[in-house]
Amino acid sequence: MSFSWMAWTLPTALFFLTILALIVAMGVWEYFSPGGNPRVGVLRFETTRGDRLFISLLGSAFIHLAWLGLVGPSLWWALALSLVYAVGVFRYV
Amino acid sequence: MNAQAKTRNLSWIVPTLYILFLLLPIYWLVNMSFKTNTEITATFTLIPQAPTLRNYQVIFTDPAWYSGYINSIIYVVLNTVISVTAALPAAYAFSRYRFLGDKHLFFWLLTNRMAPPAVFALPFFQLYSAFGLIDTHIAVAIAHCLFNVPLAVWILEGFMSGVPKEIDETAYIDGYSFPKFFVKIFMPLIASGIGVAAFFCFMFSWVELLIARTLTTTDAKPIAATMTRTVSASGMDWGVLAAAGVLTIIPGALVIWFVRNYIAKGFALGRV
Amino acid sequence: MNKTWNNKAWFMVLPVLVLVAFSAAIPLMTVVNYSVQDTFGNNQFFWAGTAWFEDVLESDRFWEALGRNLMFSGIILAIEIPLGILIALNMPKKGIGVPVCLVLMALPLLIPWNVVGTIWQVFGRVDIGLLGRGLAALGINYNYVNNVFDAWATLIVMDVWHWTSLVVLLCYAGLVSIPEAYYQAAKIDGASRWAVFRYIQLPKMKRVLLIAFLLRFMDSFMIYTEPFVVTGGGPGNSTTFLSIDLVKMAIGQFDLGPAAAMSIIYFLIILLLSWIFYTVMTSGDETA
Repeated sequence: MSFSWMAWTLPTALFFLTILALIVAMGVWEYFSPGGNPRVGVLRFETTRGDRLFISLLGSAFIHLAWLGLVGPSLWWALALSLVYAVGVFRYV
Repeated sequence: MNAQAKTRNLSWIVPTLYILFLLLPIYWLVNMSFKTNTEITATFTLIPQAPTLRNYQVIFTDPAWYSGYINSIIYVVLNTVISVTAALPAAYAFSRYRFLGDKHLFFWLLTNRMAPPAVFALPFFQLYSAFGLIDTHIAVAIAHCLFNVPLAVWILEGFMSGVPKEIDETAYIDGYSFPKFFVKIFMPLIASGIGVAAFFCFMFSWVELLIARTLTTTDAKPIAATMTRTVSASGMDWGVLAAAGVLTIIPGALVIWFVRNYIAKGFALGRV
Repeated sequence: MNKTWNNKAWFMVLPVLVLVAFSAAIPLMTVVNYSVQDTFGNNQFFWAGTAWFEDVLESDRFWEALGRNLMFSGIILAIEIPLGILIALNMPKKGIGVPVCLVLMALPLLIPWNVVGTIWQVFGRVDIGLLGRGLAALGINYNYVNNVFDAWATLIVMDVWHWTSLVVLLCYAGLVSIPEAYYQAAKIDGASRWAVFRYIQLPKMKRVLLIAFLLRFMDSFMIYTEPFVVTGGGPGNSTTFLSIDLVKMAIGQFDLGPAAAMSIIYFLIILLLSWIFYTVMTSGDETA
């Protein structure tokens, strides 16, 4: 059984490790302070911090795609924009 | 009052027309399956003029045809058993307990139900090749779990939430262990839910083709895929194609008949 | 129901988690890996960066297929939802008619999807099909193989045939949950048929309608088998939906990189939709 067909690369491996680390971190955070700090934000429905992480990640994906389609291949700015967006989500949603 | 009586008298028209519309293409398929190929292509007849069973005979005597049915039924049944068995404890956990990340886990399960199979077709082939599972029934059965397990969990959770929690607590006080309680007391209570979940697993595994076709070549090829291949090879044998189509409708029709009293409930996923 | 906080419940979820993760996580990671690389076969891969994503986002092919998907979903929803409500309202409430209607209506749902395609392919053919022959006899020039409009019409009628029953059954399940007392009260008040629908039946069906709407939207958005069998994406590219294009690219042409990039964009769109679906449904749970 070989997994060479999965064609891992360093950037994609780092990407998935980051996601995994985020999920583990959320789990640990939730373990020590359960309940997920639910609140009703600007979107007018209740979110926990897990929901906020999901909204941040999904939104970032679309920000990257939009940047790629509209501006160009230099994604560092898209990443910066996503971080600003994520902070905004955690602060206000 | 008079007007109301009138509408009540007329209300049967809408479902009747709709059912006629549903049955018309099926009627045409059945009609064709009893015709010879010359009658199909040369003339236009609403009922077979020289009814023949030749088309069905072709299917039941040629292993390339009937093994397709056997393959389909094997992996559909395997998938139904695996899906429901795995979903039962999970649905119980979701309906009775809160735990770390439960809501997000539930959402993640559902997203797999909604993912387009086309996205998974290629990596599935690679993945199951790596495990040496290509062209086996179990490969298709496991692959179909991707969308059937979340569905089964969702349906069962709905039914289980309808069972009062006091029943669990009473059983534990009476000295039942968890497995014994689950099998002896709890499962009979949600028997209809298990039936509905099994029905939906059967249904979605039976109708799916893209993944089943990707993962099989000959030994486990589903009937639906056999149909497309054999027809193009033998140069449009319309009669046999129609007969094969009719035979794929029959298992579904039988299953619906058995669960007819739960269908409406199941379609609402026990959550209305 | 009050649920107990118990992290041991994770052990009960574990089998499901392993089973689904095997079929979901590994393929998904593989797709991501493919999307940033180029390959000429033999498991040899070359770093391509975001080139495939740029290609897909710039290609007319992708946007046109996406547009076709949205148009198709829009049309079938505009037909299936009102039609489904109309039929559900007129369903018999008791007696032998109920199981007969339910069984007959559920029938198309249990036909393998490619057989649905085959049925309509045969049914619509000008030379041997009842529909094709019938329309020709009426003097209508109909041919789904050459004519774009006819191909679309066939696919839409086929989808209505295939899936309206789902809407009917969901609405029906919502309707039977209305207590008889509501109708009696409405009768005493002298409410019109429309008022009964607007103020009793529609509110009760709201949640099932939402489920029906979103299920139909998402399923039609990833439609593959039926149009593949009936039209094969043609005439030209006029009925090539995202799924069809994707499979053509990945398995037909073996263009792993672009196909993977397209898969990911497609998947992200679906993920966004599912999330909206789930959020709307569960927030309805809490207020109800």
